[in-house]
Amino acid sequence: MGMTNSASEPTALIRAQGLTKVFGARSAVDGIDFEVRDGEFFGFLGPNGAGKTTTMRMIAGVSPRSAGTLEIFDMDPDLHGSEIRGQIGVVHQQETLDMELTVLENLLVFGRFFGMDRASIATRAAELLELFQLSDRAKDQVEPLSGGMKRRLSIARSLIASPRILMLDEPTTGLDPQARHLLWDALQRLKRGGTTIVLTTHYMDEAEQLCDRLVVMDQAKIVAEGSPRQLIVEHASREVLELRFPNGTESIDTKVLEGIGDRYERLAERVIVGCENGEAAHARALEHGLDPESWLVRRSSLEDVFLRLTGRTLDE
Amino acid sequence: MIASLAPRAFSVFERNVFVYRRQWLIIVTGFFEPLFFLLGIGYGVGGVIGTIPYGGADVPYAAFVAPALLASAAMNGAIFDSTFNIFYKLKYGKVYDAILSTPVGVGDLAVGELLWSNLRGVIYATAFLIVMLALGLVASPLALLTPLAVIFIGFSFGAAGFAITTHMRSWKDFDFLFIILTPLFLFSATFYPVEIYPGALRWIVELSPLTRGTHLVRSLCFGDLNWLMLVDIAYLSAISFIGYRHAVRRLGVLLLK
Repeated sequence: MGMTNSASEPTALIRAQGLTKVFGARSAVDGIDFEVRDGEFFGFLGPNGAGKTTTMRMIAGVSPRSAGTLEIFDMDPDLHGSEIRGQIGVVHQQETLDMELTVLENLLVFGRFFGMDRASIATRAAELLELFQLSDRAKDQVEPLSGGMKRRLSIARSLIASPRILMLDEPTTGLDPQARHLLWDALQRLKRGGTTIVLTTHYMDEAEQLCDRLVVMDQAKIVAEGSPRQLIVEHASREVLELRFPNGTESIDTKVLEGIGDRYERLAERVIVGCENGEAAHARALEHGLDPESWLVRRSSLEDVFLRLTGRTLDE
Repeated sequence: MIASLAPRAFSVFERNVFVYRRQWLIIVTGFFEPLFFLLGIGYGVGGVIGTIPYGGADVPYAAFVAPALLASAAMNGAIFDSTFNIFYKLKYGKVYDAILSTPVGVGDLAVGELLWSNLRGVIYATAFLIVMLALGLVASPLALLTPLAVIFIGFSFGAAGFAITTHMRSWKDFDFLFIILTPLFLFSATFYPVEIYPGALRWIVELSPLTRGTHLVRSLCFGDLNWLMLVDIAYLSAISFIGYRHAVRRLGVLLLK
């Protein structure tokens, strides 16, 4: 007697089908399908302008969709926006902390927006300040806080009503590496505590480090979906050989490039070769008479997946 | 009672209470302007002209002007908050973006802000009423109802100010506000009876919301209950409703894209 499939399948908290958002003549989100399951860390990966933020806004019920279906907790955000938002914590890309209030007051006031009573808010706020290492700044104004602290406070504030889903739009953009790692740790702790987390990022390493599952977005569409490992296995080779040509890559013979590894991408000053064995591929490149200024071999990353899927790097 | 009727709107109101707990001095400053006008015009000019005919009798000029200043104090309180402060929260502070990510909706937001801007008007009017009582400028006990009457003034100017603010592009646009507010204050039967205006001009002035507000407050201060007061209330309520509806619609356009 085995377990039935439905019992082990986690419930989907967010379901989108053909989700579309049009601004004038421009499609910001063009018919995307995805599902976010209870307890998972889900990512939208893609360059700026890919439609990630718009998708997040539609989920949070602050941007009515143009077409398609969208359900959060089995409810339509167009009809039950307020109810849905009551169980979602949102951290905007741009800082939206209340500069006219202190650190603690930011949490207290937010709790009231969620309709919590003052006693529960006070307890929860103290807990969150402790968790995000802001207790000693409770009575301070928000403005002088560092970027990392502000971001932690934004996340603490979004958690005041213990949401089932935490949504973060580019949470580590503009943070230094140390602040970034602190934040990653905090998010992983939250996930272990059972919070479903949805995040957008244009950082490959962030998606790779944090996400259980992600979709890659490009030009308003989803171009791939899976776990970071799956995506790398499906859309990239085991290793990557990077060859640098500071004088440009246009003059290199295509036939030569095809012979080095499984696949290649020709960028302005770099050739990226997907292969089983990077060292061997490098040896083949030299045999074919290539003379790169420098080279390196590394494991494939989501960066390579994105490059493979779109023919562009994320910074382009 | 309001809190139980619309808890979400009230939470927006509460946010402002938090902010102004530390900035109460700013609120106090708004009380002095009408007081200066009362001393300068009511007593200064009043000292020269003495009395003015009102309701079939000659009344001291200061007692005639004071109710109008009370009404304009309520107007100023509401309009200041619903223009400058709301513009900051809308455009620069990103306060509304944060608020709308919670269960609070644009309607709740507008009601909460209007309650707050109105409170400011009520505070100014009440403080000014106390000054009037102390100076013996009140002819009737009905004057004690003025803090309630100014709620209609506060809502109409608050809602209209809010609606206009949603169209402001930058702080420079606020210069236009003063082009409207200064004549509104000077010409709305504030310093002389509305009957002074000739023909058509008088009917334009009668349509000024401050003329209606002043009529309402002045009637109460002189204990002169009349049917026109119901017109005042209906007119101010209509402006409140239209302004509120427009502000909510515009908030949707600006913030719920």
